[in-house]
Amino acid sequence: MFRFILRRLGITVISVLCLTFVVFILTNLDGNLVKLAKFLGSQRMSAEQVDTWLDLNGFNQPDVIRYGEWLGVLPSYQLVQDDGKILGRCTRPGVSLEDTPRYCGIFQGNWGWSVIFREEVDSIIFKRLALTGWLMLYVMLIMVPIALVIGILAGMREGTRTDRTLSTFSIITTATPEYVSGVLLVALFSSNAVGLKWFKGSAASAMENITFENFTLPVATMALYGMGYIARMTRASMAEVMTSQYIRTARLKGVSFTAIVLKHALRNALIAPFTVIMLQFPWLLTGVVIVETLFNYKGFGWTLVQAASNNDINLLLGCSIIAVIVVLITQLISDIGYVFLNPRIRVS
Amino acid sequence: MERLSYFEIFSQIIGHFWPVWIALVVFFIVSYLTRNHTGLYGKLFASPIGLIGLGIVMFWVFTAIFADLIITFDPYGQISGMKNKVPGTPVRGLEGEYYLLGGDRLARDVFSRVVMGSRSVLTIAPAATMFAFMVGIMLGLVAGYLPGKFDTMVSFLANLVLAFPVILLFYLMVSPAIQETGLPTILAAVMFLFPIAFFAVLVNSRLYTQPMKRNIIVGLILLVGFWIYLGLAFDSDPFGIFSMDPNLLNVFVSVVFANSPTIFRIVRSLALEIKTRDYVAAAQTRGEGTWYILLWEILPNARGPLIVDFCLRIGYTTILLGTLGFFGLGVSPESPDWGSTINEGRKILTLYPHGAVPPALSLMSLVLGLNLLADGLREQSLKD
Repeated sequence: MFRFILRRLGITVISVLCLTFVVFILTNLDGNLVKLAKFLGSQRMSAEQVDTWLDLNGFNQPDVIRYGEWLGVLPSYQLVQDDGKILGRCTRPGVSLEDTPRYCGIFQGNWGWSVIFREEVDSIIFKRLALTGWLMLYVMLIMVPIALVIGILAGMREGTRTDRTLSTFSIITTATPEYVSGVLLVALFSSNAVGLKWFKGSAASAMENITFENFTLPVATMALYGMGYIARMTRASMAEVMTSQYIRTARLKGVSFTAIVLKHALRNALIAPFTVIMLQFPWLLTGVVIVETLFNYKGFGWTLVQAASNNDINLLLGCSIIAVIVVLITQLISDIGYVFLNPRIRVS
Repeated sequence: MERLSYFEIFSQIIGHFWPVWIALVVFFIVSYLTRNHTGLYGKLFASPIGLIGLGIVMFWVFTAIFADLIITFDPYGQISGMKNKVPGTPVRGLEGEYYLLGGDRLARDVFSRVVMGSRSVLTIAPAATMFAFMVGIMLGLVAGYLPGKFDTMVSFLANLVLAFPVILLFYLMVSPAIQETGLPTILAAVMFLFPIAFFAVLVNSRLYTQPMKRNIIVGLILLVGFWIYLGLAFDSDPFGIFSMDPNLLNVFVSVVFANSPTIFRIVRSLALEIKTRDYVAAAQTRGEGTWYILLWEILPNARGPLIVDFCLRIGYTTILLGTLGFFGLGVSPESPDWGSTINEGRKILTLYPHGAVPPALSLMSLVLGLNLLADGLREQSLKD
């Protein structure tokens, strides 16, 4: 077991390195660097001036070396100009040469400087992540229990009318991506045309103060799409458990149906959905981006969109590394958790 | 002129879809009469859920085919005075002509745009899914059948792609800086080879014992394949018949790239299971080639789950394409495809929801139809 976890951890670390390297290359393409130079220098620079600027600021080094600097395993590029100005990625306005560190990468806790927000990347990201955390918390609190109850109710008596109704409901929700359900919910509950106006179509005010009125629609939009999938998985696993031998034995012993479902079936039926719920995280990330854009909630997803569309290299790299790590860690947990929960699987 | 009532709007829309209704009736009658000869598809008539799904899917397929007959206005044309007008507003100066579902932000007819949009959605989504399947099947069969370095390597790569957030992938792939490097073209050049390789190997392994026939067919496949290949991947078809807009190529490649790892994993696990069967052992004993066993023994026996997944995946691809359009990364901002139209309409959603709701409902119904169809097919294939 220990060796299994160690191996999986090793693979996860290699994957994180590979993926961040790919993102690093893709965000630091020549075209992007030229745009950056023009943004920080001047719009009217000629091609040679851009090249000189890139040279002076250390952007023309090989990608591998710059990736090492970004990680913080290689000393960072530094250049002291004649007028005493220091150039390089560790430099911050108003900091002298002696105080500027040699290594300043992710490992040193230095995520770089965001050019559009004019702030340190890590402080932006953690502030935004906290906002997204609230959204996710509410989504999970709503989505998981409802999905499990639907799945269990549908799966415990396969083929009945309850089963068919609930299954149809879950198929409909899986066919409704966030940008569709979001649009429909906003049109229904907060537009002038329908006139219900129960909730707000924007969650911008929820960043300071979460209320029922401004947070219901974003949470509902996200929860609906994920719910159907989890419910269907739970139903399938529940239906399978209900046909097994030990359930029949329990019924023949005369145990009541409620007791069978709660005491015998539930525990085994919830193993598969656990994995599914964990694997939902990567998808939730896309959902977060869509919902935050649609409802103007300035969390992590919104930041990612801003970084990507404004070509903010450091911020985009920061967002990517967080996203990739979240995905890989949930995969790790789901793998290890599956082995723990399921006694039929023995590793090593 | 008066605005139409909702009942009139509804009946007019139903009326405009007349070619679709005729085609649907003919389609279902023919399918019903031949149901005993069409295998799994014919068995669908025993599953009401699957039939409803098939009906919805075919409705959109026929809408895409007959879009030119259904539309009431030019989907790109703007008529002054019709900006953001509510559904059923009469068009000024044209007797008896209405904007059935209202006008959008640029005074274009929402109804015609939604109908035309089905065309772009229904050509890109199935085609992209098909390509992703070719890539996934070729790699997955080999990886599952021959364990070793290749399997380890491709599996690791597939897991890498899967761990990459889809949305980030899209933003990176569709950015102009990437287009300058030519990376999408390289990816397209690699991925578009798979279908040619698939069909060539498929025929080659089957007709290995009849060299004459094989040479002709494989030659034809390679000729036509590379002709289309040149046109699609490099936009250099000597006859100018096949070509792909660079934007579209970008979107296409991203979608195929994001989809194929999952298909690879499914095919690989199917191949791992099927290769232990007796008929595979029999083929090995007969001395059949590896590709023959892969494509003519293992693949046909994996078809059930693959067909079901194909239906689901077209739906998923439709959602992905919509996501791209939603972020304005789609084919072109003018294009009437549903994702872009939703994106256009969402900015004024609380004031005029009629611009975004029809494409949203269309997208949802198509995906729902595909999901129901997949469910019906799964149910029927498990009965065997």
